Amino acid sequence: MWSNRQAFRNGNRDGIPIALGYFAVAFTLGIAAKNAGFTPIQAFICSATNLASAGQYAGFTMVRENASYFMMAVMILVANARYMLMSSALSQKFDPKTPLIHRFLVAYSVTDEIFGICISVPGKLNPIYAYGAMLLTIPAWSLGTYFGVIMGNVLPPNVVSALSVGLYGMFIAIIVPAAKRDKVIMLLVFISMAASGLCEILPLISTVPSGLRIMILTVVISAIAAIIKPVTDDPYAAKE
Amino acid sequence: MQSRSIIIYMIIMAAVTYLIRVLPLTLIRKEIKNTFIRSFLYYVPYVTLAVMTFPAIINATESPIAAFISFIVAMMLAWMGASLFKVAVVACVVVFVIELLPFI
Repeated sequence: MWSNRQAFRNGNRDGIPIALGYFAVAFTLGIAAKNAGFTPIQAFICSATNLASAGQYAGFTMVRENASYFMMAVMILVANARYMLMSSALSQKFDPKTPLIHRFLVAYSVTDEIFGICISVPGKLNPIYAYGAMLLTIPAWSLGTYFGVIMGNVLPPNVVSALSVGLYGMFIAIIVPAAKRDKVIMLLVFISMAASGLCEILPLISTVPSGLRIMILTVVISAIAAIIKPVTDDPYAAKE
Repeated sequence: MQSRSIIIYMIIMAAVTYLIRVLPLTLIRKEIKNTFIRSFLYYVPYVTLAVMTFPAIINATESPIAAFISFIVAMMLAWMGASLFKVAVVACVVVFVIELLPFI
């Protein structure tokens, strides 16, 4: 495990590309918030308390449609269900001796990207690393939404278009090295992408909300892999 | 139709989102011994990220061709060991440059 100082610095370093991507995505999210009737301050607070792109987008849609509070809760649960899986995986990445308060704080920032970088640090996770990343990414996300509401489309469309692949570039930078090291993961990545692509074009399945699709595919593919290719040693300790 | 409160919507969104994240992190604190669950949780992040990346990346940009080329370039760079930051930046630059081309 890294020293606190080193962990914080590394968290900052890995948080920069995420913060840049977040700002761009949050900007477009701000436009959705504006359409749902949010003021800039409300949108800022909503982003600061949620940190969830798909979840917030789904939530804004529900607000616009004046959905019941119960339906709102169900929608958020479905749109963000994958975080439950990520948090479960992350719970194993904590040293059992780490004080409980860090679990409460790190939980707040379990997003696709921050989870991605936290799970790929060598050995156990020093929560300071997550804080280093949060320090940059949370303001970027919240301010991006804020400016999105205020200014609408201030960036030229081709800049927004280019920035929007940044997040996927980061996902790729996380999965490819793991696939290179572990042939089972390489196969899983191919199967996952193929299945996901298929679900996008198949007539009936393509109408299922994408959050739910991601959740179902993740559970099914990972469960089958765990049955066929169980990991017997400590996966995080052994694969460093 | 009665209009509902944005503040209450915001509280529900924040509360449900946080509970989803905090419950697994705080309730599961002992190391899991079950091989199936351990294997499952080991595979989950890679499967989720793969499922979320493709085909979503193709629809993220104005030109699907630019996105696809960016996707391939990012894969190659990551394979060669480029850092997270480098892969992300190059992916953006590739889209930007390709979309400037007149015939795309």
